[in-house]
Amino acid sequence: MIQLSQIRKSYHTEYTHLEVLKGIDLNIEAGEFVSIMGSSGSGKSTLLNILGILDDYDSGEYRLDNKLIQDLSQKQAAHYRNQFIGFVFQSFNLLPFKTAIENVALPLYYQKIERKKRQEIAMEYLTRVGLRDWADHLPNQMSGGQQQRVAIARALITQPKVILADEPTGALDTQTSYDVMKIFKEVNDQGITLIVVTHENDIANMSKRVIRLTDGLISGNETVQVGKTQSAQ
Amino acid sequence: MFDRDTWQEIIATMRKHKMRTALTALGVFWGIFMLIFVLGMGKGLENGVYRNFDNRAKNVMYVWAERTSQPYKGFQAGRYPRLTLDDILAIKNHVPEVEFIAPRLGMGTAPMVYKDKSDAYELRGELSDMIKIEALKMYKGRYINQFDVDDSRKVAVIGDRVREVLFGDEECIGKYIRIRGVEFRVVGVFGPISLKPWNEEDLESVVIPLTTMHRTFGRAGRVDYFVVSAAKDILVSEMEPKIKGFLKARHSVAPDDPKGIGGFNLEEEFRSIQLLFGGIRIFLWFVGIGTLLAGIVGVSNIMLIVVKERTKEIGLRKALGATPGSIISMILTESIFLTSISGYLGLIAGTIVIGGLNFIMVANQVESENFYNPQVNLIVGVGSIVLLIIAGVVAGLIPAMQAAKVNPVVALKDE
Repeated sequence: MIQLSQIRKSYHTEYTHLEVLKGIDLNIEAGEFVSIMGSSGSGKSTLLNILGILDDYDSGEYRLDNKLIQDLSQKQAAHYRNQFIGFVFQSFNLLPFKTAIENVALPLYYQKIERKKRQEIAMEYLTRVGLRDWADHLPNQMSGGQQQRVAIARALITQPKVILADEPTGALDTQTSYDVMKIFKEVNDQGITLIVVTHENDIANMSKRVIRLTDGLISGNETVQVGKTQSAQ
Repeated sequence: MFDRDTWQEIIATMRKHKMRTALTALGVFWGIFMLIFVLGMGKGLENGVYRNFDNRAKNVMYVWAERTSQPYKGFQAGRYPRLTLDDILAIKNHVPEVEFIAPRLGMGTAPMVYKDKSDAYELRGELSDMIKIEALKMYKGRYINQFDVDDSRKVAVIGDRVREVLFGDEECIGKYIRIRGVEFRVVGVFGPISLKPWNEEDLESVVIPLTTMHRTFGRAGRVDYFVVSAAKDILVSEMEPKIKGFLKARHSVAPDDPKGIGGFNLEEEFRSIQLLFGGIRIFLWFVGIGTLLAGIVGVSNIMLIVVKERTKEIGLRKALGATPGSIISMILTESIFLTSISGYLGLIAGTIVIGGLNFIMVANQVESENFYNPQVNLIVGVGSIVLLIIAGVVAGLIPAMQAAKVNPVVALKDE
C-alpha cells in the first residue's frame, strides 16, 4: 500500500539547515496496523505529513496504492487526500460551530455529494462509533473521547485506503485511550491500513508492527507478539 | 457555493462577532448611501437648471440685422440692412432646415384703452407661429392665426397683466380695445409657460398681426428680428450659417462679414451646461466611489482577520480534501454576502432619503430656482448593485488568496 524509498526532507532557514529525514525506506502492506514511535525531533511528524500528502519531500520516492506521489498540484493533492487518506489528530480538530453529524459529513462535502445523502452516510458512521444519539451535539458538548470518536467517523466516511493518526490518544485518559484504540482495531479488522504516531508504548503495542525513528532514520522495526504485554517505561 | 453549509458558516462567523460585522457593514452601507445620495442631489441640481431652459429653447435661434463692417458690392461699411417680411417668406421657402419662423416688430409702448381704463403697454407685431416657438402659452382664447395675417385683421392678443388692468373680472374675449386710435378686437390672453424674472414683460405686451401693423401704422414691411426653430434632428448650429448666408446674399452683405446679420442661439450655452453637469457627475461618482472604496478596504481588512482566525479551520478543510478553489470561493462568498447585504441596505436608505426629500418638497410646494426633482435613476441603481458585487470580490480577493495559501501542516500543528 505504501512504499517509501530513500525519502529525504530538510528544512532551510536563513541560518540553519536542518535535515529531518535522512533516507527513509519503508513498506507498509494493505491492511497493516503500524505504529510509529520516536522521541520529539526524530522526524515522525514530518514523516506522517509526507504520508498524508500535506507536505512534500526533497528526494526519494513515495508510492501510495501504486501511485507516485510527487510534485502534485494543490488541487491534485487535495483530491488524493480526500480519496485515499483519513486523518485523526491529537486535538480532534472538529469545527466548533458544526454538530457531530455535520463534522462527520464534511469530507463528503468536498466530494460534492448532496446534503441529504451526506447526512445519511454520516449517521451510519456515527452509529458505528457508538454516537448515534449525539449526532446533533456540538463538539463542546461532548467529552474528549466522544470528540475523538467523531473525528474517527469523519476519517472513515470517505472509505479511505489509509488512516493516519497523529497522537490520537495524546489528549485522552488511559481508559478512553483504550476505547479509541479498540475502535481502531475494529477499523483495521475491516481491512483499512492504519498508521498511528504515538510515544506511548502501551498504545504502540496494541498495533501489529512498531517502527521506531531516531534522528531521521528508522532504528527499529518489530512485529508485536500477540498477547504479549509490555509495560510503559 | 450556494448550499446550506456555506451559509451556515457565514452566519455562524457573523453571529460570533456581531459588533465587528456591524461596523464593517456600516462602512459599505455608508459608501453606497453616499453614492446614491450625492448622485441624487446632483440630479436634482441638474433637473433644476435644465428646467430653466424651456424644452423648445434648445433648438431655437434669434436673428437680427446690424451695421455691416465690410464694404461690399459698392456699398460702404456701416450700412444698416433692413429685414422685411419678404425675407421671412423667402427663408420659409428656401431654407428647408427651418421648422417655424416667427418675426417680431416692436413699436415701443403705446396707450391701450378700454372704456374708461387706460395704460401704456408694449405693442408687438407678429405672425401666427410665435406661440409655437417661444415659451408662451394661451391662458384663454386663441393666438393670432393665418387668416388674421392674410386679411390684416384688427385683432389683438393681450398679456395677462394687460387683461387684469383693463378688464379686471370682466370677460375680455370679443371686446374692443383702442390702440393709437384704432379699435382692435381681443381674441386671446397669453403669458409665459413658467414665470421667470426675465419674461415678465410678456405679460405686459399686446400682440397684433404683423401685416395689420404694417398697413395700419405704416411700418412698410419691416421686421426687427425673428425667431426660428430648427426642424427635427437638425442642430441649430447647422441651420444658423445657412440662414445668415441666405440673408447676407439678399441684403448684399459680404459673405465673410462677421457683422451685418446678427444671430444668437442657446445651443452653445446649453452644451456648456451639459458639459458642466457631465463634469459634476464625474466628480460626484469620484467622491461616492471613494467613500465606497473606504468601506471596501474595511471589509477586506476584516476578512483578513477572519482568515487569520480561521487558519486552523482552513488547514483542516484542506487536509479533508478542500481544494484551494473551494477555499477561495468560501471566503469570496462571505465577502460578497457582507458587502451585498450592507450595500443593498445603503441603496435602499439612499433611495428613501432622496425620494423622501422630493416628496417633502412636492408636498410643501417648495420651489427652488436651482433644485428640482432629485432622483435616483435605474441605471445608477443597477450600476451600484453591480458595483457592490465587484466590491465584494475585490474586498475578498486578497484574504481569499491568503486563505488558499494556508499550509495545513503549519495550521494543524498542535500548540
